[in-house]
Amino acid sequence: MRKAPRDQEESARRVTRRTLFMGGCMSAMVAVLGARMRYLQVDKADDFQLLAEENRINIRLISPARGLIFDRNGKLIAGNEQNYRVTITREDAGDVEAVLNKLSHVIPLTAGDIDRTLKDVKKNSPFVPVVVADRLSWDDFSRIAVNAPALPGVTPESGLSRIYPRSDDLAHLVGYVAAVSEKDFETLPNPDDPMLKIPKFLVGKLGVERRMEADLRGKAGNKRIEVNSVGRVMRELERTEGTPGADIRLTIDADVQNFVQARLGDESAACVVMDVQTGDLIACASAPSYDPNLFVRGISHADYSGLMENDHRPLADKSVQGAYPPGSTFKMVTALAALDAGAITPETTVYCPGGYELGGRRFHCHSRGGHGRLNLAGALVKSCDVYFYDVSQRVGIDKMAEMGRKLGLGTRHDLPMSSVAQGIMPDKAWKMERHGQEWRIGDTINASIGQGYVLTSPMQLALMVSRIASGRSIAPRLIHSIAGKEVPIAEAEPLGIDGSLLRATRQGMYEVVNRQGGTGYGSRIVDKTLLMAGKSGTSQVRNISATERARGVISNDQLPWRRRDHALFVGYAPFDAPRYACAAVVEHGSGGSLVAGPIVRDALLRALTGGIPPLEAYPEAQRARIETQMKELKLRDAEGKAPGSSRA
Amino acid sequence: MSFLEYRVKTAPTGLSKVFYFNWGLYLLITAVAAIGWLMLYSISGGDMELWAEPQMKRYIAGSVILFVIAFVPIWFWRNMSGLAYIIGFLLLIAVEFAGSQSKGAQRWLDIGPLQLQPSELMKVGLVMMLAAYYDWLDPKKTSRPLWVLLPVVMILAPTALVLMQPNLGTSVMLILGGAGVMFAAGVSLWYFAAVGALVGGLVASVFTLRGTPWQFLHDYQYTRIDTFLDPTSDPLGAGYNIIQAQIALGSGGWGGKGFMQGTQSRLNFLPEKHTDFIFTTVAEEFGFVGAFALLALYALIIGFCLITAMKNRDRYSQLLIIGIAMNFFLYLAINLAMVMGMAPVVGVPLPFLSYGGSVTLVLLIAFGLVQSAHIHRLR
Repeated sequence: MRKAPRDQEESARRVTRRTLFMGGCMSAMVAVLGARMRYLQVDKADDFQLLAEENRINIRLISPARGLIFDRNGKLIAGNEQNYRVTITREDAGDVEAVLNKLSHVIPLTAGDIDRTLKDVKKNSPFVPVVVADRLSWDDFSRIAVNAPALPGVTPESGLSRIYPRSDDLAHLVGYVAAVSEKDFETLPNPDDPMLKIPKFLVGKLGVERRMEADLRGKAGNKRIEVNSVGRVMRELERTEGTPGADIRLTIDADVQNFVQARLGDESAACVVMDVQTGDLIACASAPSYDPNLFVRGISHADYSGLMENDHRPLADKSVQGAYPPGSTFKMVTALAALDAGAITPETTVYCPGGYELGGRRFHCHSRGGHGRLNLAGALVKSCDVYFYDVSQRVGIDKMAEMGRKLGLGTRHDLPMSSVAQGIMPDKAWKMERHGQEWRIGDTINASIGQGYVLTSPMQLALMVSRIASGRSIAPRLIHSIAGKEVPIAEAEPLGIDGSLLRATRQGMYEVVNRQGGTGYGSRIVDKTLLMAGKSGTSQVRNISATERARGVISNDQLPWRRRDHALFVGYAPFDAPRYACAAVVEHGSGGSLVAGPIVRDALLRALTGGIPPLEAYPEAQRARIETQMKELKLRDAEGKAPGSSRA
Repeated sequence: MSFLEYRVKTAPTGLSKVFYFNWGLYLLITAVAAIGWLMLYSISGGDMELWAEPQMKRYIAGSVILFVIAFVPIWFWRNMSGLAYIIGFLLLIAVEFAGSQSKGAQRWLDIGPLQLQPSELMKVGLVMMLAAYYDWLDPKKTSRPLWVLLPVVMILAPTALVLMQPNLGTSVMLILGGAGVMFAAGVSLWYFAAVGALVGGLVASVFTLRGTPWQFLHDYQYTRIDTFLDPTSDPLGAGYNIIQAQIALGSGGWGGKGFMQGTQSRLNFLPEKHTDFIFTTVAEEFGFVGAFALLALYALIIGFCLITAMKNRDRYSQLLIIGIAMNFFLYLAINLAMVMGMAPVVGVPLPFLSYGGSVTLVLLIAFGLVQSAHIHRLR
């Protein structure tokens, strides 16, 4: 068909018109697109650049190496070891459960691990990495690294973990670290430290680790890393190293500590060795102990309940936390109080008929037949109760309490350990405040022999002996130096007690151990240069009723363990030039002189001789027994390795 | 107009056609394609073999086809229009029964080693068919209802098949591309106004019928609309693409981060970074300046086409070029709008930049037709 030329012209013009119109519309659209481009790329560029940087850059904290803890001779007590672990981050993983299932084909994971991880993941923000498994073997660790592309959000990490190479030797003293918990935030120093948000960040939970946390922790470093969309680290952009925590040297001698700990064996006991001149704690043992490494790794329920249910209370630090009636070891306080007040002289004698009548009550001496007439030395040697009942009546409780506090009892000493007990040094005001009752004469009688309200920790007893031996008010010290800077030894003021009175007391203590018939005679040291002075104590944990006394006091052997008396012994050596003081408490150990005395002697000899105590220091008759006893001790070797174990 | 008429006029013959070839237009599209290779190289992290090389090979092979088509007289292609449309239509039916699935949609036809998207071919086939139709139709009848209904059926028949795949992006392009040809051909504006009103009503009902058994779209298409309207509602899911694309774009700033320095693409934050979202990498690495320059290049190509169309006095050629220019524009506009967060993500590639065989091939065929019309135009 033919078209009229006019129509053709007309339709061609219309096409042109409409094409121009379409071109106009297209131009408008292109302009809109260009404007949008400008809006995004120019006006909003800063915002989007920030978002892009946030996308790609992660800032990760680098936890600093925790400060090491050494003994006074530089032996490692708490160290750091390489630890391999694997974490998962929710926002990178997507389906956490599926990824964990995949991961369980790569490394052994229990259903419990997966459940716990899922719970943790839900609890935390999506970007917080949660630890799936800890302490992986190198094989498992590298298997994860190889399979990383198939495991989004899963990151194998290596970090430092705490290790206590001398495991249970210093558990109570040094404590342990463990993953930070909610509760820690309330009590830790600088709780705002971002490091605490690092998953499984280890903080001190107990002992020196807890109390010196601020020094040991160090300062976090950080690294800026570039990550891709699945969170895989592409490269490190910038790194600021943290500052490692300060190393701490303790006054403890790890070998002496090991010896003492081994010597206490399975007893429920504590023994403290202190430097008489400086107050340095050389050993501070509490038995039975536990392995702090268990807590770092996360203790199993069975292990934990095992520790909790043990009637010897392994978790309690009996050396500074335990408060015991000091028993006869307190008699020096009573004596010194009376001497200092001028109520008696060392030569004042008291007659002991085996009991003491006061206000219609009869207070018994441990010797039913009585000790006869005794001066101070004699009373200490025989540990005569009546002498001290009498003397206490002459001097009064307030003066006794004053002397007790002067010697370090009933006072909280500033040691960086957990729950350092204050003990109780009762006086009239104390009883009124605490019990709302008048002080009674009977209370003074009880206090005079370290019973009744008096409570002391083994550390306090060692300090008391140190002060008597040195005549100065030395203070206990546990931290030798921090980051190489020595902690100064506190200036020790003289006690303000006449030297002759102190000498008389020391003489009495000397005779307790070295005079035939003295309660500590069995624990004497025969080496003339290492002679020991001391005092035994046996503190009752039960009341002996009049009827029982009438029938005859039941001997400790026939009582159940829990009701037996505590055995105590305090001493120092060498007598003529005091270096070390020692106090031992054996819970329900029956007789102080029999059980605690030999411990004190062995501990002092160990500290003095710098090795296994030489047999020559012991009385000849005991040597054969001592030799086998020493051989049976499970001591660590020079490198601190446990006997019969290959682990460092 | 008949064959005779063409012959009467002096059309170039033989090798002299090379001089009548619109080299400017070809250079422009080759420039865009070259930018595409550069970007594919960058996105793959410097790996030539992964995307850049296959894409170059396709372009070269496609160019050969372009030249062959260009040197065949346009009247031959006009006569082939109906055939092209029917073949495209049959392939669309074939894909319905024998196509491969991809992302819940049936779009691909495997022919030996070739993967073909018949819906892309249909875009050219439809434009050819409509241009031939209006060339044949008496211009006076253009706006008569019956003669309007016919091309509408021609458009909606393949669109329905594409919609069944389902492929919303191509469906929209078929309708708008067809409407563009009808508009240029001179169909009364009243029809467009009426359809506009109808579409408005349809959109309203799409939203009101959501969640009922009569809902029009697939759930994933609704999700795309939702996330388009508020990408932050699902930042790690469906909104992720849009948010990350905009971050890439915006973080490019004025001058960009530099070639191969785009963090969003290099670190895999960008989805579909080598296909539908390739523009974001251009914008990220070359900034506003580079992205705008690319946009200008595209605008220039469209402008060239429209001018070529207006210079041509043959009705078939005019409408064909306009239809192809319209389609090219639709690719560009929908893709950019989608990438820049102005339209829902419908899966429309950026012409010559996005990695993909069918689209590049179809576009080169289309530009071959434009060149043929240009070479063999009435003088």
